[in-house]
Amino acid sequence: MKLIFERSVDGRGTDYIPEPDVKMTAPDFKPRERKLNLPRLSEVQVDRHYTELARETRGVNGGFYPLGSCTMKYNPAVAEDLAALPGFAGVHPLQEDESVRGCLEVMRTTEKCLAEITGMDAVTLQPAAGAHGEFTGLMLIKAWHVSRGETGRRKILVPDSAHGTNPASAAMAGFEVVNIPSDEKGCVDLRALRAAAGDDIAGLMLTNPNTVGLFDRNIAEITRIVHEAGGLCYYDGANLNAVMGIVRPGDMGFDVVHVNLHKTFATPHGGGGPGSGPVGCKKFLAPFLPGWRVNEKDGALVREEAKERVGDVRSFGGNFLVVVKALAYILSIGREGVPATAANAVLNANYLMHLLKGAYPMAYDAVCMHEFVMTLEKLKEETGVSALDIAKSLIDYGIHPPTMYFPLIVHEALMAEPTETETKETLEEAARAFLKALEDARREPEKAHLAPLTTRIRRPDEVKAARKPVIRYDFGA
Amino acid sequence: MNFPKELKYTRTHEWVRFTDEKTAYIGITDFAQDQLGDLVFVNLPSEGDALTAGEAFADVESVKAVSDVNSPVTGTVAKVNEELADAPEKMNETPYEAWFVMAEDISGAEDLMDAEAYEEFVKTEGAS
Repeated sequence: MKLIFERSVDGRGTDYIPEPDVKMTAPDFKPRERKLNLPRLSEVQVDRHYTELARETRGVNGGFYPLGSCTMKYNPAVAEDLAALPGFAGVHPLQEDESVRGCLEVMRTTEKCLAEITGMDAVTLQPAAGAHGEFTGLMLIKAWHVSRGETGRRKILVPDSAHGTNPASAAMAGFEVVNIPSDEKGCVDLRALRAAAGDDIAGLMLTNPNTVGLFDRNIAEITRIVHEAGGLCYYDGANLNAVMGIVRPGDMGFDVVHVNLHKTFATPHGGGGPGSGPVGCKKFLAPFLPGWRVNEKDGALVREEAKERVGDVRSFGGNFLVVVKALAYILSIGREGVPATAANAVLNANYLMHLLKGAYPMAYDAVCMHEFVMTLEKLKEETGVSALDIAKSLIDYGIHPPTMYFPLIVHEALMAEPTETETKETLEEAARAFLKALEDARREPEKAHLAPLTTRIRRPDEVKAARKPVIRYDFGA
Repeated sequence: MNFPKELKYTRTHEWVRFTDEKTAYIGITDFAQDQLGDLVFVNLPSEGDALTAGEAFADVESVKAVSDVNSPVTGTVAKVNEELADAPEKMNETPYEAWFVMAEDISGAEDLMDAEAYEEFVKTEGAS
């Protein structure tokens, strides 16, 4: 299909907004030296262009979307309705406290709910995404060590099954990253952890359940080892959907956590979201939380800044409307719904794993949590068909591919997370597609290398796209 | 899979070509590039940077993942193959010519494997 610039014709355009009947004034300014090159189209052309683009995209509303570790659950419409209320959508963050008390109450209630779910004492809603939350959490850890005069703690321990953002955030925050290997069961190797936990560690970052979909049973021992070495424990909430309402990071021994509202709490995800990655912490870290906090003063809610705070990590209160949607979700599923959601996410993952396990070898033969990892190493050896080929074939069977080549410790990995919002019938239908894709690939490996066959541009050349990216439109002379 | 006899190798799949006792070129092996897939980006150190045996000195990115490249030896970066940054495909096409850095003042090269030992290593544990 054409780009919007390629549809542009000079002089075209529809303007349904009348000329203003007041005199326009503008401060002195220099006209642009170059043409602005805004595309010139009629409104109906613009409408059709974006409708066509939307048809080419794939979302949860288009079908099963088992992207592992991304928790692509359905986003309830009621949350969208509430976030569109003018009292939320029409306010400005610089308004006086007394004119936005409802918004402040939403923030405070969300903070309380998230603190309760994670077992933390205080929460900031400012970080705009998961990795942003990780960075914020590490800033808290750093500020705390520095406040105690412990400036020699420069190392952050990260298991080798971690999300790539963990070591990246630690490096961004100025720490040295130390990799902790996994044992043969896919969990943290305690001996390696003990050996690495010296008086130079600032802390440990951990996802539990981890990225291979397993709950680390040694978690209490892990956090104890880190604490005894004087470090703090950071919980990456990417996989919270598997355990929320059932076990709390705070009770596992974690001191700081981030949660992804755009995963666990059903706000839109992908395509820019926008995301939201609130950070919770134990009381002793609360003074360092960034931005302003919502506090109660003389019976009214006000915004206040702590002098020890690490600064702002984003403007104002973060992605506020995402917070409204998340609170709507939490309150609509309620106290019983939170653990029920986790239980159903785990049940769905195990059911799909069970349906696939005869044909797709599992990386770890165990009951999984909310996601599971398959390994197609053997298939590749036998037929040349890779995990990438199978992932791409699934598109032809109407399914968004699962996460591939992650976690790195599993070769030819495919990682599926069905989430709790899918029905038994959808999972069975998806399993049939997975099995058919594999069967067809074994029969015709050459065809699998070409998949997908049913999409407009077939398989994009990812290597060329990465080596020679074209990311701007050339207007010519 | 190619294992040139004149090179030394590491367990993390880097090769070393000594030009004399204290100087050598460093790159990643044929096996490494095959496992990583098409490489699209490389992050190289600068001249004068210190190298420590077993520690990362560069990273490479494929369409699948980013991986550290460890230094096989301790020493100093004498020369950097800047050409690799513009032509990362060279690491796939001719891995034993696509050197990353030339190292000097080398020490800590005792634990390197010869071609035969590395080939055996790849066969037995390299795939894990």
